[in-house]
Amino acid sequence: MENFNVFVPRLLDAREYFSAGHRACQGCGETVAIRQILKAVGRNMILVNATGCSEIFSSPFPQTAWHIPWIHVAFENSAAVASGVEAALKTLERKGRLPKREICVMAIAGDGATADIGFQALSGAMERGHNMVYVCLDNEAYMNTGIQRSSSTPFGAMTTTSPPGRLSKGQKTWKKNLPEIMAAHDIPYVATLSPSYPFDLVRKVKRAVEVEGPAYLHVLAVCPTGWRSPTAETIRLGRLAAESGVFPLYEVDHGRYTINLDPGELRPLKDYLGIQGRFRHLKPEDLEYIEERVQANFEKLRGKARMTAREDRKDRKKTGRPRPRQVKKAARSKK
Amino acid sequence: MTSKEKTWTWRDIPVGAVVEEPGNASEYLTGGWRSERPVFTPDHCVQCGLCYVYCPDAAIVMTREGYPDIRLDYCKGCGICARECFMSTFGLSCFEMVDEEEFR
Repeated sequence: MENFNVFVPRLLDAREYFSAGHRACQGCGETVAIRQILKAVGRNMILVNATGCSEIFSSPFPQTAWHIPWIHVAFENSAAVASGVEAALKTLERKGRLPKREICVMAIAGDGATADIGFQALSGAMERGHNMVYVCLDNEAYMNTGIQRSSSTPFGAMTTTSPPGRLSKGQKTWKKNLPEIMAAHDIPYVATLSPSYPFDLVRKVKRAVEVEGPAYLHVLAVCPTGWRSPTAETIRLGRLAAESGVFPLYEVDHGRYTINLDPGELRPLKDYLGIQGRFRHLKPEDLEYIEERVQANFEKLRGKARMTAREDRKDRKKTGRPRPRQVKKAARSKK
Repeated sequence: MTSKEKTWTWRDIPVGAVVEEPGNASEYLTGGWRSERPVFTPDHCVQCGLCYVYCPDAAIVMTREGYPDIRLDYCKGCGICARECFMSTFGLSCFEMVDEEEFR
């Protein structure tokens, strides 16, 4: 039985940083994600939490579920506050008021606080190049206030502000592609991850922490309440989303694209959408349209990964080794 | 399950609304939310620990022997452990979801 020692719990931190007794719904995917992320990072961190589900259920007033330094801020400025914390730490360390050590500054926000309300703060923090990790827990609507649509809601989904009916098919617009927008900021590390793949999640979070400069992680957090799915299917839904290409798992490390899960032929979309009550009203022709578009998007992603591989091959031919993963930081001009 | 703050008067609220102890949400027991209870049988268990990793409520702890132990005070009965059990691939899930009424 020695070989079985590589099982999952032995790779994770045994300490629990997110205590039981929080008020999340049954089968909440966001909580699974938070637990795994905190276990991956460990104690040396300061967490900035924007308003949203994760903040509401973890800290009803006289209690808190967090075992780590935690700041709650408004919807729009989690990235701004995190960048301030990082700047303060840097200054205090330079002045010798704090001992020098690796402290991870992390901001956690929902998809509404990332894609809609906190977008300019996020963009600014990424552009300024603070050494921080921004985590978006994407449950694809404003679940905290009662399932209103956000710009991260997928096409055709039913929410309370995009109800299906005779004149409407649910959400009218396509999901905003946030990881690509962040990759366009040319930051060192962007990745999409899903708590259904714990190994992949832990590796990516650790990479995001060790990278010098801003990192952005996009987590798919399945929400049984808002997605109208059975609570037991939470983890499976995350897997189906990755296998059907709706939520591809990939990373952009210093501009190099890698697809972490390429199933070859994508799984039929019906498997993924069929479990969820929010897509119940869709007709076969709508499904066809969504499938076509998902496949086109995935093909685009594959093209980018192929481009990376080609550049690597060219570099290897020229220098005899692949391009270095860590690009040296450009010297800041003194003002 | 009534929480502490329900019985508080204005004198009992800490100054500045400070929460003094980290992780004290565990004082609140969420086990009352449950409608189905996971019942563990160790016969098929391979000690993979997937139930521990995927449990949203941190209600499953691993014992020293490597078996899962369900803390029923916190388990909300979502059924993820029964669904995601490694052995359920072979139809031999370690957990069985039993209606809570049967334990009355």
